[in-house]
Amino acid sequence: MIASSIRWPMVKGEKSNKEITRELIAPNEQKPAMWWYIGMTIGTLALAFGGWAAYMSVTVGLGTWGLTNSVAWGWDIINFVWWIGIGHAGTAFTIFFLVFRQRWAASINRTAEAMTVFAVMCAALFPLLHMGRPWLAFFIMPYPNTRLLWVNFNSPLFWDVIAISTYLLMSITLWYFGMIPDLATMRDRAKNKVSRALYGFFSMGWDGSMISYNRYETLTRILGGLAAPLVVSVHTIVAIDFAVSILPGWHATILPPYFFVGAIFSGFAMVLTIMILIRKAFKVKDFITAKHLDAIANVLKYGSLVIGLAYAIEVFIAWYSGVSYEMYTFLNARMTGSFSTAFWIMVFFNAIVPQIFWFRKARQNVWSLFIVSILINIGMWYERFIILVSSLAEDFLPSSWTEYTPTMVDIGIYVGTFGIFICGMLLFIRYIPIIAVNEVKAYKKEGN
Amino acid sequence: MENRYWQSIQETKEGYKNKPEEREASMIEILANESNEKAASRRDFLKWCGISFFSATVISACENPVKKAIPYLHQPETLTPGKAHWYASTFAEGNHFCSVLVKSRDGRPIKIEGNDLSSYTRGGTSAIAQASVLSLYDDGARYKFPQKNSGKVSWEEADREIIKTLQQAEESGQKAILVTPTLLSPSTKALIKELEEQYSALETITWDAISYEAIRQAHAETFNQQIIPDYQFQKAELIVSFQADFLGTWLAPVTFANRYAQTRKVSEEKKEMSRHIQFEAGLSVTGSNADERIPLKPSSQLEVIMELYNEMASLTGRPVISSPGSSYNTKALAKDILSKKGKALVVCGHNSLEVQMLINAINHMAGSYGNTLDATHPLQMGMGEQEKMENFINDLDHGLVDAVLFYKTNPLYNHPQAEKLKTALGKAKLSVAFATAKNETAAACQYILPDNHYLESWSDASPRIGHYSLTQPVMQPVFNTRQFQAGLLAWLDKPADFHQYLKQYWEQNIFPNQNQYAAFKGFWVNTLQAGVLDLKQEAGISLSLNMSKVADAISRLKATTQQAAEIQFSLYENVAMHDGAFANNPWLQELPDPVTKVTWDNFAAVSPVFAEENNINEGDIIAFNGIQVPAIIQPGQAYGSISLAMGYGRSHAGKAADGVGVNVFSLTDKGQFVGKVTGLEVIDRGYEFARTQTHHSMEGRHIVRESTLDKYKEDARAGNEIRDYHLKHMTTLYPEQDFEGHHWVLMVDLNACTGCSTCVIACQAENNTPVIGREEVKRRRIMHWMRIDRYYTGDVENPGVVFQPLMCQHCDNAPCENVCPVAATTHSGEGINQITYNRCVGTKYCMNNCPYKVRRFNWFEYSKNKKFDYHMNSDLGRMVLNPDVTVRERGVVEKCSFCIQRIQEGKLKAKTERRQLKDGDVVPACMGACPSQALVFGDLNDKDSRVSQLIKDPRNYHLLEELHTLPTVGYLTKIRNPKNKG
Repeated sequence: MIASSIRWPMVKGEKSNKEITRELIAPNEQKPAMWWYIGMTIGTLALAFGGWAAYMSVTVGLGTWGLTNSVAWGWDIINFVWWIGIGHAGTAFTIFFLVFRQRWAASINRTAEAMTVFAVMCAALFPLLHMGRPWLAFFIMPYPNTRLLWVNFNSPLFWDVIAISTYLLMSITLWYFGMIPDLATMRDRAKNKVSRALYGFFSMGWDGSMISYNRYETLTRILGGLAAPLVVSVHTIVAIDFAVSILPGWHATILPPYFFVGAIFSGFAMVLTIMILIRKAFKVKDFITAKHLDAIANVLKYGSLVIGLAYAIEVFIAWYSGVSYEMYTFLNARMTGSFSTAFWIMVFFNAIVPQIFWFRKARQNVWSLFIVSILINIGMWYERFIILVSSLAEDFLPSSWTEYTPTMVDIGIYVGTFGIFICGMLLFIRYIPIIAVNEVKAYKKEGN
Repeated sequence: MENRYWQSIQETKEGYKNKPEEREASMIEILANESNEKAASRRDFLKWCGISFFSATVISACENPVKKAIPYLHQPETLTPGKAHWYASTFAEGNHFCSVLVKSRDGRPIKIEGNDLSSYTRGGTSAIAQASVLSLYDDGARYKFPQKNSGKVSWEEADREIIKTLQQAEESGQKAILVTPTLLSPSTKALIKELEEQYSALETITWDAISYEAIRQAHAETFNQQIIPDYQFQKAELIVSFQADFLGTWLAPVTFANRYAQTRKVSEEKKEMSRHIQFEAGLSVTGSNADERIPLKPSSQLEVIMELYNEMASLTGRPVISSPGSSYNTKALAKDILSKKGKALVVCGHNSLEVQMLINAINHMAGSYGNTLDATHPLQMGMGEQEKMENFINDLDHGLVDAVLFYKTNPLYNHPQAEKLKTALGKAKLSVAFATAKNETAAACQYILPDNHYLESWSDASPRIGHYSLTQPVMQPVFNTRQFQAGLLAWLDKPADFHQYLKQYWEQNIFPNQNQYAAFKGFWVNTLQAGVLDLKQEAGISLSLNMSKVADAISRLKATTQQAAEIQFSLYENVAMHDGAFANNPWLQELPDPVTKVTWDNFAAVSPVFAEENNINEGDIIAFNGIQVPAIIQPGQAYGSISLAMGYGRSHAGKAADGVGVNVFSLTDKGQFVGKVTGLEVIDRGYEFARTQTHHSMEGRHIVRESTLDKYKEDARAGNEIRDYHLKHMTTLYPEQDFEGHHWVLMVDLNACTGCSTCVIACQAENNTPVIGREEVKRRRIMHWMRIDRYYTGDVENPGVVFQPLMCQHCDNAPCENVCPVAATTHSGEGINQITYNRCVGTKYCMNNCPYKVRRFNWFEYSKNKKFDYHMNSDLGRMVLNPDVTVRERGVVEKCSFCIQRIQEGKLKAKTERRQLKDGDVVPACMGACPSQALVFGDLNDKDSRVSQLIKDPRNYHLLEELHTLPTVGYLTKIRNPKNKG
């Protein structure tokens, strides 16, 4: 196994274990700051908007969306893929850095995993809502019944359901499992009965003994090993939804790796956004150091190169294949036609802007990091938009070519998922230590 | 209370508390005590249980009302519930004629089919005939009882007043006018004649909003015969048409489309086809099919006609009359026409006497009369007389008319002097409208005497001499309506039974002319069953051209063309609206215009260059001659002309038609549909049309494969060469499915398809396809299972136009099937791609993965939804639904099923008759409706079936074959016959 040495101090300031615990748990023990309440209000309003939009979709029908006979998937699936992509990073963070012994990731794991869980929840909402008859969603599950209903195992949508639900379960397990020692700490420090009981229940009687830690570490690795293929599978299968179809721009074998890299890329960008905000809000700069951000920026720089290569290969293959439909989709519709603005936004934000991270100054400036991370997520949203809409709106028969514009309900559902995400993350940072206290303690002495 | 026991000695002494206020107080006390002290007994418990169970049962029953299908008390012997009956009938409304079969299920008509016994329409139908069944159930617009000044009135009272007024008019020397459209019914005409004899004041005026008067008059002038000859397109090898949309709307389009298609179909055996040259201002269905199309504004067309006449005259040694030159090489055309002597046909849609006289002369020189023009069986259409109508309006205005009766006419909407007529109408003592449904004229009349829908009526029709077709009712009148003719009988003091009158008329006038049947009864029953009758009747016609009148005509025409304006408008009918009489039919409103693919609107079509010069963009509202109308930039529109569809802008027609589009009848003048545009300006911008197709180029893809006759003669695969490559290289590693039993295939002959869109309505009627309205069409969510794609090729000012009917291709390697996660769409053992609606959860993956984009999603609940207030939102409107086809729920995907219900019906029929299914037993709705027989459906496993032959045709190809979806719908390449350059 490759074990890289830690190249900089994990924790700055030569802190003792006690200090680490105190500093990291402080946010959970103090009254929340003003920004927390403001955030919760915004999140709740977004949720209410989303609730209205979901209500309209379910009670009035999908006609409230901007879809057409030709573009039968729109913002629903764009946002689904986008959230899934974001939801990729958390587990990827834990797993790959665990497997590759990249210990610097320890102080980011917890938040990244929380981000994963909420993002996948947001994502999972879309396939449900995009059904014409969501009350019959259980038809998609292979369960024995007397109605002779059985699923079509050939359909990538069915694989999708399995992949996403497995991934969601695995992410939650991993996240929760990593929390147990910290929940025990919270239990031990709890000042009232309710929280003691709750933290106590969820910490499952953690006693902090060496044996416990030994088993805990082992199980972490096992779980990590189990989750690793899932990280790859989930977005691969989302990509296969498209690759299995016959549409120009979808029907490509490059899509699974391309989607996978895209997901890591957008997920890391989101991690960066959130980490910068948390650093700012909780003054945990000693734990999430500039070096951490620098490392993420390097990953983004690399991801950006791969993504750029994928874009280039896609276009090349479309031309090289000689298939006129593929050529039209890439060379006309996407690069020069109706979707060229979105296409070049995508290329610029994803493949070009992150190249700024070749400069050390850009990697160390919080503002440039923050702006680029946001731009990447916008760029990645456009990537999904391009893939989804350009292939559907201008496919084989020009008679069916349409335009696609989302409606207020489409926007509402997207905003609503932000509500879920914001509220979820805020509740998480309110009640659970945002940085894995036990892990940071374990690695604090290494370095240099 | 009374038997309450005393509680204390004191109480017995004071007596019971029997004063009211005391009683009340004690009641409250008791109630309070009871509730506090008494626990529920077992008995109470059971009581409450009983009540709650009972109310639970009642309440739950209330939530889901049970709709009972009530069986017949006395079931008619011939009627099997669930089995359809077919009745031969006739759709004859004004100039529109179609012999039909009416499908009746459980006593209600649900579908119109063509009557293939008819020698005249040959089983073809038109969009309006297909849609007419929906008007029967027009809950909102049909008049439900006789009315006087919007109040209810009895038939007797109305009859009394009409008779009284007719008699008074006679006494006072005033006029009584009955305005009718062209009546094809000989019996009705006879009845009106009787009425005119009875009431001498009564005068009948025949008036059509769309007039063909000039053709009739021109024949009177040039040949002394006031006729419209029958156009024998099937005999023509060269067809030249000036502005006549004979495949879409002109005169008898159902018949003409059929005849035209006969000359257009090519095969291994018949490698010849007609050549069709079309001069027109706006791009019509007919122009789209032409081999050579010359866009010319109306006045320039007249120049061509004059020059053509002169060229032909000089070639045939007749005197030449000087005329302005034209931009077209008429010399060559004249030579071509003369070289096809007797096999050429020149038709003209201009309702101008002089032009039609020239056309007659041209046809005469070309030897068309007696060959491609049948003057011995003249058409009975186009009897309207414009001048009489105008005189009538003047008389009415001068107070000379006491009584006005409007039958099936709506001049307050479609007469240019509608305003004048409206005020004049107030001067008549009596105004009566006979109408089936709301219209502008009826709204202004004192009496509205609702007429039966034709599906509730007895009648007959004769579209041309010697051909008869009967109309019989297929159901009792839905409302308190009375057939117009029954009313006339009542005024004649005869029994108001038009059935008897009709029979009598036929016994006296038609029965003697035949020799097949000895007894009238047998003749009547058999004719009624067949619906049609051909008699050997001929109009003795001698044709000698009156040359001096032709010369006059040219000099008059010269004057008009010299004064012709720079910009001219040209009004036309479209296949859905015609003169607006059928406007309140949501099916027709949502039928995409064959050329522009616009629904729910009319528009001003301008040519691209003209638009650029005048700074007109698509969707700009332009104003001229007092109308305001949104503009569309139409490739192929003649420069300097603006084309507008008539039939829109109704104001009193019902919820589907009111306010849709712009009424342009004010621009007509004495039956002329062309004129000068004055004061053209753009007044507003940004109007958005509801179009079902917005991209018009094929982008160089092999979608509609086209070639020319010359190339076809050399190689039958012409235009289809790429197919070999596709078949060779685009294959699969997987084994292909075998079909034992049947394997259904639909073949579409692109050469026969005219794009008329009748099949679209037929499909909608058959398959309960919802209407979604303008806003939803704008969002590109039209629900039609069948659409006609239209592409332009070549020059934008004069493009080639191709049509392609597109329904589910029923791919044997269907991309939609394997992606459905719940296995809701599957392939049948007979090669049909089917959807199980119950199973569909609506992921729409199949819609995305369908390369033909034929799948439709139920974006909303379209049935019983106030937001979609069309026919499916009323109990009566839903009567038109086909009980054999599920009404789809919100959230499921649907599409063409090859009319699976008809396949099933055919199979069951064959089974009960203990025989094999024959070719032609199963006819899907689209195929049955097609006037030009462009679609053929059948079993590929039947080696003798027509489709088995057609699929081997070298012209056959499958759409997007390179995707290896293996569609079972095949297309035969389009072959055109342009003139050889060289």
